[in-house]
Amino acid sequence: MKRSPLNSGRRLVIGVPFLWLFLFFLLPFAIVLKISFAEADVAIPPYTDIFAYADQQLQVLINLGNYIFLSEDELYLAAYLGSLRIAFFSTLLCLLIGYPMAYAIARARKDLQTVFLLLIMMPTWTAILIRVYAWMGILSSNGLLNSLLLGMGLIDRPLQILNTDVAVYIGVVYSYLPFMILPLYANLVKHDPSLLEAASDLGARNLTSFWKITVPLSKNGIIAGCMLVFIPVVGEFVIPELLGGPETLMIGKVLWQEFFNNRDWPVASALAVVMLAILLVPIILFNRNQAKELEGKL
Amino acid sequence: MRRWSFSNLILVLGLLFIYLPMVILVIYSFNASRLVTVWGGWSLKWYTGLLDNSQLMGAVMRSLEVAAYTAVAAVALGTMAAFVLTRIPVFRGRTLFGGLVTAPLVMPEVITGLSLLLLFVAMAQLVGWPAQRGLVTIWIAHTTFCSAYVAVVVMARLRELDLSIEEAAMDLGARPWKVFFLITMPMIAPSLAAGGMLSFALSLDDLVLASFVSGPGSTTLPMEIFSAVRLGVKPEINAVASLILLSVSLATFLAWYLTRRAEKRRIRAMQQAMDETAGNPTWRQVIDSRKVLVPPSAHT
Repeated sequence: MKRSPLNSGRRLVIGVPFLWLFLFFLLPFAIVLKISFAEADVAIPPYTDIFAYADQQLQVLINLGNYIFLSEDELYLAAYLGSLRIAFFSTLLCLLIGYPMAYAIARARKDLQTVFLLLIMMPTWTAILIRVYAWMGILSSNGLLNSLLLGMGLIDRPLQILNTDVAVYIGVVYSYLPFMILPLYANLVKHDPSLLEAASDLGARNLTSFWKITVPLSKNGIIAGCMLVFIPVVGEFVIPELLGGPETLMIGKVLWQEFFNNRDWPVASALAVVMLAILLVPIILFNRNQAKELEGKL
Repeated sequence: MRRWSFSNLILVLGLLFIYLPMVILVIYSFNASRLVTVWGGWSLKWYTGLLDNSQLMGAVMRSLEVAAYTAVAAVALGTMAAFVLTRIPVFRGRTLFGGLVTAPLVMPEVITGLSLLLLFVAMAQLVGWPAQRGLVTIWIAHTTFCSAYVAVVVMARLRELDLSIEEAAMDLGARPWKVFFLITMPMIAPSLAAGGMLSFALSLDDLVLASFVSGPGSTTLPMEIFSAVRLGVKPEINAVASLILLSVSLATFLAWYLTRRAEKRRIRAMQQAMDETAGNPTWRQVIDSRKVLVPPSAHT
């Protein structure tokens, strides 16, 4: 039984993607963890080895210096908090804008639904870089928005929007809104309209039945959408780099600078390990939610 | 039906919010003035100027090459993963496998990029490969995260399929591989195409992963654009960005149109087949006899 062709085929079809993801997705995290305990060095690669073998002794040198460095410098703490704050509020904004949009699409005529979905999905296929770049031209102090406001006489001098946190919020909500709408739509479209009819027959107002029936039923869609926005935004680099200012502290940007500008690979690794530790709970929540969605349909 | 409810209003405003900046970008790419904010009349000069920019054209060719290989590999890997997760309900390590498939969807790119680079450096030290980072390492990085997207797209389709068709083929003695390639694959072909195009687009767009794992001489298009954009808004970049926007929208529309046509044809064919079988007296007898065997209340 064990050697039947079916089983070897099954082993192959499980094994190939498993090995690939293990080698190129899971194993690298172990290496990041290892290098976060190394010391920066002027060498190629620019860090010391934490394992040393001499005189029949295997020495493991664990250097906690990078983590102590992170905890002592207020810049890093501020960057983590800044990332979490921006991710939290932009997730909230995406939910507030995305929920009515997903709701409207799910209630639209069937043929219109596919058109709306296409319109929502199309931007996710285009580079985030280009969509963020489009905002640079609009928000700059001599940009379109300011000339429009000046022309209408609403302001006397150009507003500084580009290179502030406001621009970062606009960019994040703009780029991640589709990732909120799509899972919400997938959930809302499955709801049975007879539930709402029953509620209204029993005398419930539209708003009451929305809060008591639609929102609780769409819990899984809300979780999936929020995680799809929150987790990547915490590590976002392109948006704070292009739209944010010098006071916009986000951890993805700081990690990039440590790696590319300061060439300090161990500190960059330690930053990544701490970020991963912060995101572990949301990621597990997301994976559980996806698994549940999968089991529910099986 | 209330046509202009609150949610419909937000939908229209939201779509305007999504599309207006892109439309403005495209319009300004035709601006004759070098000053990005002053309108100097219509002109195509930024587009014609692109063709002479050999550095940019080289980056475009490299990006297209990586994207094509990524699409092929990601569809193969992602389809296997999707098949495993929808058709093999129990095996050891299934939870870990599911996690490995879905986690790349949300993992911040700076983390994946840094970790992959450190893996490549460690591998170069241990086994001597990859001696130099370049298009191959970018391809590996892109394939890894694109296969997660393909898996999600294909999984959605595999779950909708009627299992009885595959079971019937299996009962008639077809080997699992044959069932997959002759029965399952034609039915999920539209989602394979969609997954491939999505991978192509994602690979073409990626800046962060490519920046980490690229080597000398393997600058991709987004890296080229990024280094220019950092210095501010430029008309040449408007033209490149507009071209990318237009080609992606065109490709998306085409993919959507073809999938929809294939779907309609499939539904029509199924309808026809059902009508034919329903007209066949032997089948009708079978259906009738079933109705007698199963009391109507059992259906609900």
